[in-house]
Amino acid sequence: MRSFQQRRSDFDARGIRIVGISVDPPEINRRQSQKLGYSFPLLSDPKAEVIRRYDVLHPGAGPKGADIARPAEFLIDSSGMVRWVNLTENIAVRARPEQVLDAFNQIGSAGQ
Amino acid sequence: MADKIDMTRKWNWPIWAGFLVAVGGLVSYTFFARFPITPDFPWANLLLFSTLLAVRNFIAVRSSARSSLRSRFFFSRFLVTKFFYVLHQVPLSSQAPRVGEKAPEFTLVDPNGKPVALADLLSGSKAVVLIFYRGFW
Repeated sequence: MRSFQQRRSDFDARGIRIVGISVDPPEINRRQSQKLGYSFPLLSDPKAEVIRRYDVLHPGAGPKGADIARPAEFLIDSSGMVRWVNLTENIAVRARPEQVLDAFNQIGSAGQ
Repeated sequence: MADKIDMTRKWNWPIWAGFLVAVGGLVSYTFFARFPITPDFPWANLLLFSTLLAVRNFIAVRSSARSSLRSRFFFSRFLVTKFFYVLHQVPLSSQAPRVGEKAPEFTLVDPNGKPVALADLLSGSKAVVLIFYRGFW
């Protein structure tokens, strides 16, 4: 997410919003946002309801066997349709901002 | 004759110091993740970890009896295998929304406790990137 923060202006210029979602409570998200300088919102899903709805639950992978989210990225267009998905097979490998920007640029060119 | 056999075991600290640094190399990902080239793949961690593991194994080879070599190497190999195994243990997410499908609606709270719905995020924007992450706990 650090890399997304670094490319924030490129997302803003295209009218793309960025949000992070995890099981962390708002207090932790507030602290982490300040500490890491994230200017996009980190949303809390403590019961992993939305994480389940998107089928990105990693059961028992959190502290004391808690359910957490697996890393995953979705690009959703203004009509609410999923336009690009990244489901990593390796928790150390995440989507890069360039991939999302490329995917967005392709939507633009395909729609015209 | 008795003074030739020293039954006290010496604390072989270099092995354990090297081993601890190797473990440090393994778990210091959060530090190296600050740099642009390391978040995707932990090159720095692996380099640090494998260098020290090699040093540790070299010391182990030099100092240990042949019979115990296998068990010493087994432990190193176990750690490396376990590391890659854990990294690849990601659920399949076969029911995750696919390209062309409607994204499931949601309302979650932001760091200030304010509810934010997907519809809110989409209104007035061209697109939204949802980044699901493991969390900082």
